[in-house]
Amino acid sequence: MDAIKTWLGRSGLASIAILAVLLLVVFPLAMDTFRLNLVGKYLTYGFVAIGLVMLWGYGGVLSLGQGVFFGLGGYAMAMFLKLEASDPESTKIQSTPGIPDFMDWNQLTELPLWWEPFNSFGFTLFAVVAVPVLLAFIISYAMFKRRVGGVYFAIITQAVALILTVLIIGQQGYTGGVNGMTDLKTLMGWDIRTDEAKTLLYFLTAALLLGAILLCRWIQLSKLGTLLLAMRDKEDRVRFSGYDVSMFKVFAFCLAAALSAIGGAMFTLQVGFMSPSFVGIVPSIEMVIFAAVGGRMSLVGAVYGALLVNFGKTYFSETFPDLWLFLMAALFIGVVMAFPNGLAGLYESHVKPWLARRKQAPAPGGTGGEPPSASAAPAAPTVPHTTTSAAVPTAGIGAKVSSQSA
Amino acid sequence: MSNTDFVLAVEDLTVSFDGFKAIDSLNLYVDRGELRVVIGPNGAGKTTLLDLICGKTKASAGSIKFKNQEMTRLPEHMIVRAGIGRKFQTPSIYENLSVFKNLEVSYPRGRGVFGALGFKCDDAVKAKVDEVAGMIGLADRLDLEAGLLSHGQKQWLEIGMLLMQDPELLMLDEPIAGMSARERELTADLLNRICQNRSVIVIEHDMDFVARIAHKVTVMHQGKILAEGSMDKVQSDPKVIDVYLGH
Repeated sequence: MDAIKTWLGRSGLASIAILAVLLLVVFPLAMDTFRLNLVGKYLTYGFVAIGLVMLWGYGGVLSLGQGVFFGLGGYAMAMFLKLEASDPESTKIQSTPGIPDFMDWNQLTELPLWWEPFNSFGFTLFAVVAVPVLLAFIISYAMFKRRVGGVYFAIITQAVALILTVLIIGQQGYTGGVNGMTDLKTLMGWDIRTDEAKTLLYFLTAALLLGAILLCRWIQLSKLGTLLLAMRDKEDRVRFSGYDVSMFKVFAFCLAAALSAIGGAMFTLQVGFMSPSFVGIVPSIEMVIFAAVGGRMSLVGAVYGALLVNFGKTYFSETFPDLWLFLMAALFIGVVMAFPNGLAGLYESHVKPWLARRKQAPAPGGTGGEPPSASAAPAAPTVPHTTTSAAVPTAGIGAKVSSQSA
Repeated sequence: MSNTDFVLAVEDLTVSFDGFKAIDSLNLYVDRGELRVVIGPNGAGKTTLLDLICGKTKASAGSIKFKNQEMTRLPEHMIVRAGIGRKFQTPSIYENLSVFKNLEVSYPRGRGVFGALGFKCDDAVKAKVDEVAGMIGLADRLDLEAGLLSHGQKQWLEIGMLLMQDPELLMLDEPIAGMSARERELTADLLNRICQNRSVIVIEHDMDFVARIAHKVTVMHQGKILAEGSMDKVQSDPKVIDVYLGH
């Protein structure tokens, strides 16, 4: 029994199980479809956030352009849905029926060639992941092979986010421009706007997200995870141990891109449209805030971060629309300055030792006259080593690195 | 360049930083199984020489042949895979990983991205970790977080991480800096043991230590080789006394 407990603790499955219960049981029971759909939307940002845990927390590479990959995944899905919504029957009032409405408004008379493959659902699913990963590979291979890193890399990702936004807005006839792709109705004949569809899509998103967390956890526990941490700590030592450091960073960047893209595709399905406002610099930075608030070393924490910040955003942006951006910035600065490991770090450094003390206090207290705190105190520091949870598997490293960066 | 029997043949090696020649047409030959110590005053180019051999710095001209294979144009990780290991001056270990993990990560298997994903710590790896941990005297510290080791133990751990890869040429930059007298002795024994079946280049300042380990000594000065030979021979060389030992 104890062995199972230790194993659960070490591989972090316990905290993932708690999240699974929350997402799959508690939320669906406690919320109506509207709110559940809202949570489902927030969860799509959870994909981006766990991608950032792998890339930023583990790999030490900050990307301020994850919106690019979120957007590409979302647009790929939106293109398929838009084509399906633009059958000749429902677009017969257009001058060219059978093409998306925004193409018609922009005097396009036939479907561009590169839109054609998106008639196929299989190709779309492939493109949702493949297109962002390909772009991520090209960017990161070019940068990391030249040893571009740190702030410079972050700025370049931000530039890419800006470029893509400008491109999407400028090419209105092909992309829907600033309005994005709207009026998405059905997925292979299945109406995605009904309550049942929204509930089902919520469960699909939650299940995919949990699967993605397990995948990332598996990677963290593999030698590759160890190497990512080692690289962040002593890059030269890894390089001079015979590893091609740049390829490991490329992998982390592509992984984060793929996860973001899946989140983007699920976003499109649940929200029913996709627009450049989810691609640019501001949303990309918001995504980093989700991971920072939740804890950049913690997969589960990052999901909570995405949920909390988005709840806050929805609440505050309705109540104080002008103040929200400032609040968000204050939150980010506050977290980075005061709690570099986010909520998960707080849990790891305060709640867990406290729980451990509570658990251990009665036992030694009963055996002798010594005060419980005296015997519990030496036990507390050992806790992170013996029962480190998935949430913050290497709180020590995280704390050290972030104290350097802060 | 002609091929040779030397494990390492450095010929006409030059590197200049903005016109300053840190290494100036240097020739250096290291035999198989030899323990070579490189000494010289500060700024003589000793560390730069190691940087050039392991690929950290790119040469401006000249050739570095390891087992008759040209190294100057290979990326760092390929030089390591060819069999050259490099220890840095300050202990460079993964402080937050356990001693075991430090050694395990250095094992030369699963070095690609997907190889690392599929890497399993099997009996061969464990046996190698145990063997190396025994050599560096850390067999009973395998579960300890490496950052908690003493300074000397960290130096040994880094040497151990290199031994995991069984390099044919091992380069150590001031391995006993900051060590106690006892630790120095142990390190000298360790070096004498590990050069049994490989070549070792050591940069060192401590003359007693150099006398204990060196097969041959190379004295560098201003990016060039000033003298080379046995410890006694270089110690009595007037040029060497002038620039270095006389200080």
